[in-house]
Amino acid sequence: MAMLEVKDIHTYYGNIHALKGISLTVEQGEIVTLIGSNGAGKTTTLRSICGLQKPRTGSIQLNGEDLNSYKAHQIVSKGVAMVPEGRGIFARLTVAENLDLGAYTRNDRTAIQEDLERVFTIFPRLKERQRQVAGTLSGGEQQMLATGRALMTRPRLLLMDEPSMGLAPVLVEAIFDVIKAINKEGTTILLVEQNALMALSIAHRGYVIQTGQIVLQDTAANLKNNETVQKAYLGIE
Amino acid sequence: MPNVKPPARRVTTYKIVQGIIGVVLAGYLIWRLFVVFIANPSYGPDTWARFAIAGLILGSVYALVAIGYTLVYGILRMINFAHGDIMMIGAFGGYFVFEALKSIPTPTLADPELTFLNAHPVLSVIAAFIVGVSIAALSGYFLEKIAYRPLRGAPRLVPLISAIGASIFLENAAQLLFGAQRRDYANPIVLTRGEGWGIPIGGSNVILTYTGVLTVVISTLIMIALYLLVMRTRLGRSMRAVSENKQVAALMGIDVDGVISRTFIISGALAGAAGVMWGIHLGLVYHFVGFIPGIKAFTAAVLGGIGNIPGAMIGGLFLGLVESLGPAGLGINFQLKDVIAFGILVLVLIFRPTGIIGEVLTEEKV
Repeated sequence: MAMLEVKDIHTYYGNIHALKGISLTVEQGEIVTLIGSNGAGKTTTLRSICGLQKPRTGSIQLNGEDLNSYKAHQIVSKGVAMVPEGRGIFARLTVAENLDLGAYTRNDRTAIQEDLERVFTIFPRLKERQRQVAGTLSGGEQQMLATGRALMTRPRLLLMDEPSMGLAPVLVEAIFDVIKAINKEGTTILLVEQNALMALSIAHRGYVIQTGQIVLQDTAANLKNNETVQKAYLGIE
Repeated sequence: MPNVKPPARRVTTYKIVQGIIGVVLAGYLIWRLFVVFIANPSYGPDTWARFAIAGLILGSVYALVAIGYTLVYGILRMINFAHGDIMMIGAFGGYFVFEALKSIPTPTLADPELTFLNAHPVLSVIAAFIVGVSIAALSGYFLEKIAYRPLRGAPRLVPLISAIGASIFLENAAQLLFGAQRRDYANPIVLTRGEGWGIPIGGSNVILTYTGVLTVVISTLIMIALYLLVMRTRLGRSMRAVSENKQVAALMGIDVDGVISRTFIISGALAGAAGVMWGIHLGLVYHFVGFIPGIKAFTAAVLGGIGNIPGAMIGGLFLGLVESLGPAGLGINFQLKDVIAFGILVLVLIFRPTGIIGEVLTEEKV
């Protein structure tokens, strides 16, 4: 059984039919990427999975359990965390408070402390800036904070929306290294990216999404060599 | 934080009008202060002390109510215009407790007429606060459930209109239930209004009333408790998270609707406490008693920068003091104190819509 199984979901914003039957699966331990152009429905797919934008029809199952009947704040404790687009850090709270909020649903103090140490090992910068108000962090540091905060929920499935957005190339590489490392430690990842080349280079499999529909799915290596993908998303003529 | 460049400074008609208003007001202020303090000093230090004490007491009540406006605004970005009426409900809660306890006879040998209210004044006051606060907190909870929750996601004007409707409803419901007459708050004898410690200032005796001291002390304690709640507890942290970004707060596992409900309960509780103190100190309660303090507290919240909790506290105290000292300081009729309060609201909205300390805080952040 796949870890995450999305079956034919249709999601609407008011009258706008944003997802027209998306189906995808993510297996335990994988990095799966969702690539596509602006407005294709990548973010909406993630928002549907984590419950922020409920699909009107279709099913989303995590380890066989239907997520549709849960509200967004309940889905977190099922083991699904999201690093939202634009990072969504709480700018007026301190770094430490942001990380604490990641562990909001948890009560296991010692395990929370362990996870905090782990986040500080991955992002030593956050440890230095614990007492600082998060709004004063640089873009890269904010991305670290958003990722660290999601890890504090101890997710089994981590949804990442455009982690590379607005970051300098050096930082993009650093963030992608972190994603790989997190995955090695056992967290399954569903990654949405505009930077298709980077995404395909760390992912195991990928889906190409176009105007609310999956048009292509394959292993990351095959997608990288696919002519249409190269033309449309990798900028290779 | 978005990096927005400030637009180039252009002299607009609005700016010119702003300037003219500013100069005229400053001139008027200087002239009046000159007349009152130097040309024709009309009050001694004892009178000023009385005004200042009255202002402080009033201000601490405004501050409590203002925090309620600011908390709700911080989370829902709406002005809960029914907030003053929640205060009225709290005042009635305390009133009925006193009335009930007054009618329980607890005769002793020394005084066969003694009632529970005077036999156990501390217990009675505590009971009044507990009932007033709980009933107001409950009203706040249901107010949000009934009048605002169904409108979540509607344009911002809609809940505002609903708030005004809720306010009118609560006032009329109270009139229907309790009648329109003004009722006397039956304080225990130890808290008789007007009695207190005498302080000799400038040759006369300035009275620091027991009820006033009670009001200031309790408000201060509540405000400290609230500040700790917001800054130090899990609930406070989730409230701050929801006020910044509801969706991301939900992604952290925070039950956003639950936090909103709790915010209304807390702000209702504060208004309830303010209502009981209003009754104990000023002595009157009727269906309309929350209206003016409600609008004054709204002014105080805007003054301190709406959404800013310390701002609401400072704004409340400031407004109480200005309202109390203002008419004397300007040498104008005392009935014009409301004009001063609402004049300040207009001026703040013209000159500093973000509030007096709102801007300082944004600078601190950078």
